[in-house]
Amino acid sequence: MISGLIDWLTDSANWSGSDGVVARTVEHLWYSGISLFVACLIAIPLGLAIGHTGRGRFFVVNLAGAARAIPSLGLLYVMVLWLFPKLVGDSAFLVPSLIVLIVLAIPPLMAGAYAGVEGVDPAARDAAKGMGMTGGQVLAKVEVPNALPLIFSGFRSATLQVIATATLAAVAGTGGLGRFLIDGQKVRDYPQMASGALLVAVLALVVDLLLAVVQRYAVSPGLTGRGSGRPAEGGGVRRSSRRSNTPLDVEIVSSQRTVDSQHT
Amino acid sequence: MTWFFDHLDDVLSRGLQHAYLAGVPLVIGLLIALPLGWLARRYKFLYAPFTAGFGLLYTIPSLALFVILPGFLGIPILDPVNVLVAMTIYTVALLVRTVADGLGAVPDHVQQAATAMGYTRVKRFFAIELPLAVPVISAGMRVAAVSNVSIVSVGTILGINQLGLFFSDGFNRDFYDPLFVGIAACIVLALLFDAVIIVLTRLFTPWLRATGGRA
Repeated sequence: MISGLIDWLTDSANWSGSDGVVARTVEHLWYSGISLFVACLIAIPLGLAIGHTGRGRFFVVNLAGAARAIPSLGLLYVMVLWLFPKLVGDSAFLVPSLIVLIVLAIPPLMAGAYAGVEGVDPAARDAAKGMGMTGGQVLAKVEVPNALPLIFSGFRSATLQVIATATLAAVAGTGGLGRFLIDGQKVRDYPQMASGALLVAVLALVVDLLLAVVQRYAVSPGLTGRGSGRPAEGGGVRRSSRRSNTPLDVEIVSSQRTVDSQHT
Repeated sequence: MTWFFDHLDDVLSRGLQHAYLAGVPLVIGLLIALPLGWLARRYKFLYAPFTAGFGLLYTIPSLALFVILPGFLGIPILDPVNVLVAMTIYTVALLVRTVADGLGAVPDHVQQAATAMGYTRVKRFFAIELPLAVPVISAGMRVAAVSNVSIVSVGTILGINQLGLFFSDGFNRDFYDPLFVGIAACIVLALLFDAVIIVLTRLFTPWLRATGGRA
């Protein structure tokens, strides 16, 4: 099996052309990028607004939990079945899948933005208000920078979800790396399937690591303790738990708070 | 609705299979994550590599893992063991950090009190640290449970028997009923898992009720 995989991956014929690895990877990144972009435009302002005003908290907390329960493959099939007859040309394959990717990316993004702003130290917020900042200034200069670790963890979680689901979208006729899995399965070509699977896994890993690096340099050193040679206040446990790529649960943060509350 | 009642047997048998594929790894995953999380907490230098390293496993898209694993394990792609192993990997990936953070959230003065009362390290872990970490671990278990139920349905593409097969049934025949029944059944199963974990957590944390919710 391993040798078949190596043969497939080292065969240059599999890498070039419109159905080669390079073109499929670009397609995969293109679907993921455009979906994440649209999802961010919708989810981040909403999450920030809810965190800032405190209105609609119930909505975000439950949406993030409920969205995880919806099987993405089922959603994909429903969308394709429903929208395919209504569209023409190539967009008939692509649009339903992109909608599903956007829908799936919204809850983690919104939960991250909301939890980040909501979790900002109230003392910092009060100090900003006391200095005469307006609501918008407090949000832009205090809340968003402080919320960045959680916004990033929401973004990374959404990115993984989107890359994984973009693979599934190949069953609906789109391109991307999922094609190798689906096409390979049809002709019982295990080396092709395994190569496709490996490529998707590597792509997801590389993208996540890149985002981790970006996050490291985008987040203020005051929050991460980077450069000062000591971990940020709070012992690193809660900070580092905010750096994860795993699904963000607003409840985890709050349940930790109840355990910690007797310290403060 | 009539479609649902006509196919009740199918829904139940696939539902049971789905519960088995998603549920068993939850238990195995927790049993694997407990010692790993404890190690990450006990030895500080292990915390970052363990939580980040196991967290990375969650990055692997499920369909990819379902396809790659049989090659490593030397089993057929349709073998349920394949799915069980994959789901265990995801559960461990989610829970190692949760367990480590849950154990880390046990206040120092409580541990010191336990030590002063003569608890050995092992006894302290099982009698003090683990019970106090239950609320945090349970929150992680709930995430893992719901995500497992959803991920198992991806096995549909490979033809693995579980509730997701209703998706492809409906899709291939351009027929919404099985699709919606499959999705609804997945969500009901996820809620069921969630409810079981909430009940178990209540049973294991009697002090939370006694003190009005404050640990």
